[in-house]
Amino acid sequence: MEVKDLAPVLEQHAFLAGLPKQHVDLLVGCASNRKFDKGEYLCRQGESAEVFYLLRDGIVAVELYLPQKGGVRLETLREGDVLGWSWLVAPYTWHFDARAVTPVRAIVLDGKCLRGKCQTDYELGYHLFARFATIMEQRLESARLQLLDLYGGAKEVRSRDAR
Amino acid sequence: MLAEMPVISRDPMQPAGCRVTHVKKETHDTWTLDVTPPDKHWRFQPGQFSMLYVFGVGELPISISGDPQHPSKQTYTVRAVGMATRRLVSLKPKDWLGVRGPFGNGWPVEQARGKDVVLVAGGIGLAPLRPVIYHILAHRADYGRLILLYGARSPRDIIYTAELKAWAKLPQTEILTTVDYGGLSWRGNVGVVTSLFRRIALNPLRTVGMICGPEIMMSYAAREFEQKGVSRHDIYLSMERNMKCGIGLCGHCQHGPNFVCKDGPVFTYSSLERWIYKREI
Amino acid sequence: MRASSPPREGVLPRSRLSALFQALQEWGYEIIGPQIRDQAIVYDVLDRAEDLAAGYREEHAPGRYRLTPRAQQKVFASTASIHAWKRFLYPPEIKLYQISLNSSQAQIESLATPVRKRAFLGVRPCDLHAIAVQDRIFTGGVYRDPYYEANRAATLLIAVNCDEPGATCFCGSMGSGPSATHGFDLLLTEILEPEHRFLIESGSAAGEAILSRLPVTPPQEEDRTAAQDLHRQACQKFQRFVDTNELRELMYAQAESEHWEKVARRCFACANCTQVCPTCFCVNFEDSSDVSGATAQRWRRWDSCFHLSFSYIHGGSVRTSVGARYRQWITHKLASWWDQFGTSGCVGCGRCVTWCPAAIDITAEAKALGTLTRSERAHAST
Repeated sequence: MEVKDLAPVLEQHAFLAGLPKQHVDLLVGCASNRKFDKGEYLCRQGESAEVFYLLRDGIVAVELYLPQKGGVRLETLREGDVLGWSWLVAPYTWHFDARAVTPVRAIVLDGKCLRGKCQTDYELGYHLFARFATIMEQRLESARLQLLDLYGGAKEVRSRDAR
Repeated sequence: MLAEMPVISRDPMQPAGCRVTHVKKETHDTWTLDVTPPDKHWRFQPGQFSMLYVFGVGELPISISGDPQHPSKQTYTVRAVGMATRRLVSLKPKDWLGVRGPFGNGWPVEQARGKDVVLVAGGIGLAPLRPVIYHILAHRADYGRLILLYGARSPRDIIYTAELKAWAKLPQTEILTTVDYGGLSWRGNVGVVTSLFRRIALNPLRTVGMICGPEIMMSYAAREFEQKGVSRHDIYLSMERNMKCGIGLCGHCQHGPNFVCKDGPVFTYSSLERWIYKREI
Repeated sequence: MRASSPPREGVLPRSRLSALFQALQEWGYEIIGPQIRDQAIVYDVLDRAEDLAAGYREEHAPGRYRLTPRAQQKVFASTASIHAWKRFLYPPEIKLYQISLNSSQAQIESLATPVRKRAFLGVRPCDLHAIAVQDRIFTGGVYRDPYYEANRAATLLIAVNCDEPGATCFCGSMGSGPSATHGFDLLLTEILEPEHRFLIESGSAAGEAILSRLPVTPPQEEDRTAAQDLHRQACQKFQRFVDTNELRELMYAQAESEHWEKVARRCFACANCTQVCPTCFCVNFEDSSDVSGATAQRWRRWDSCFHLSFSYIHGGSVRTSVGARYRQWITHKLASWWDQFGTSGCVGCGRCVTWCPAAIDITAEAKALGTLTRSERAHAST
């Protein structure tokens, strides 16, 4: 696929909705299309995080590997979701595994290239950071609620409180 | 003066004797009981509950999880979390069970006519919402889309699995399930139930939301609805408080100015908003 | 058709008070009234007028009660007694059912005691209001309490106007006293000077019938003037006040106030206030079974929002802190009662103030909370 063809795909992706045209064009310069087969990893814990993904199709599982326990599935992501913000924050390494549960189509954005562009174009940087901040807030809230173990363990949480 | 002595009229606290007819194991800790109705006039509204009296143990408020179109049996889905619920789920067919009810106001199935209905269920909170699904399916033309967002702790905690699969195949019906903890073999969603909101598109002006689950989950879900533009008057929550009598006379289930048993258990988010974020209400 | 309508009013000399007892007993009423027990005036069964607690004076203060003799043989000397009348209309403990289960056949036997005709003698106006409040709760809704309803229907209310509000009383603020205007079968005003007598007014057909059997004389101008003077004097004796203007909103606004923690440092959560309160109605249902497991009993017992178990839902209690439980109680009395029953839950009888071992004063707390809301509003608008 020609690089310029990605502009409409980026514009239509939920994560970038409303991003001014000139910034979309800048992003296109850092974007490429990728397909992942079922079972293939989009990223591996500890590896260098140079990219992030805009998911177009398929299911991706965010997992953490625990010695003795094996993999734990923390979250599933689908079309419209964004995967990866480790490229934004030093030391730019992946904190989780992400694996294609089904065949996946995604746009890969080159984080290294974007970091450079954000250094010179603060407006683009602001738009991107605002979007990532929203996602981070949602995932953090989700993670905190998950931590409460609401359906199963309300008992333990409450009785501790009561003491 | 010499008028006849007043007689004690029938006590709404007196249970009617019923029989268990069928017990189905839903998950490792949850069972569904079918019970004979107290009489042939027994009816219920989706979202209502009964007080179930286990002989010698006491009464428990349990939501009715059956089909309102078929009141020839009472259906209750019970998660065994304490001594009384464990006794309740260990009843066998033909066992005696005392029942009072149905009590409470129920879900706004009439107000939701002509609209899309989005149900959000957490854990055993799916049980009180199942009658809404039955009602909509029995009056399909009267409603728009039916969407169920269902969160369970883990795949083995999912109840009504066969029905969830069957409903998902129906037109204008979307069933989205998620679990907090999924093993690697689980192919479905992992994440809290509120994370499912970003998977659905709503027309906020024609959407009625009904939420049932732990209180914290309900308040987060209500805010997700609001963020999608649904009016807080069209968002309904089913509250839980200590219900002892079910009829507003014992005082235990107060939540702010409301008696959850008789003014609820279903309330609009707009009426709860003042209280639900206050501590120890 | 009656030949002539019976008197609506009459004056009964103190010396003939026993005629009232006779009339009531002839009609089959058990008389419940003020008498002395354990150095306090309590309400219980009375056989004769001589057993009334005449010639005493009550001293009330937060957390303090004393009974002392006085020179005058005033018959109705108490304000609101430690016992509210609810203990007769809605007893602290009743065994509702005995349920037997034999080979899956259950038999439910109702054990509620049969109703008795009773005359409550010496009901103070605050308590008259409290009974009306409980009438709404137990008989005003879709579901009624059949035992309360039956007891209430069999009860004759003989009220006595209050001319000596106690130091913890504030019925004047709550619109429930010191004089009664309605809700009684008979209403007495005790006049000591120059002759000790009772001005009696009937408020119902049953009251009229009793009055017609008493050796009363028609009231004279000086009887009415004396009664009015007593009312006026009583109104000037209040030492406690509650500003009810906007009270509901002022209370609701303090739902998460730091003030609750301050009260909690004093409150023992002993539930005394809810037991003596004439409107508190919370009960619990308790089940027990015999050793063989063949029969089970169901009891109804007074409960209290001060108990940790009161708000228990599986896994724990909603109101774990004492502050939250005090908030629940006072907010229910002064605010949410209006939403639930269209009336105040507090009648200003002062019992909770007198009988609180920590001397927590509902009037002082209401004032403190109201002041907090008002000052927050003032801050918000500047």
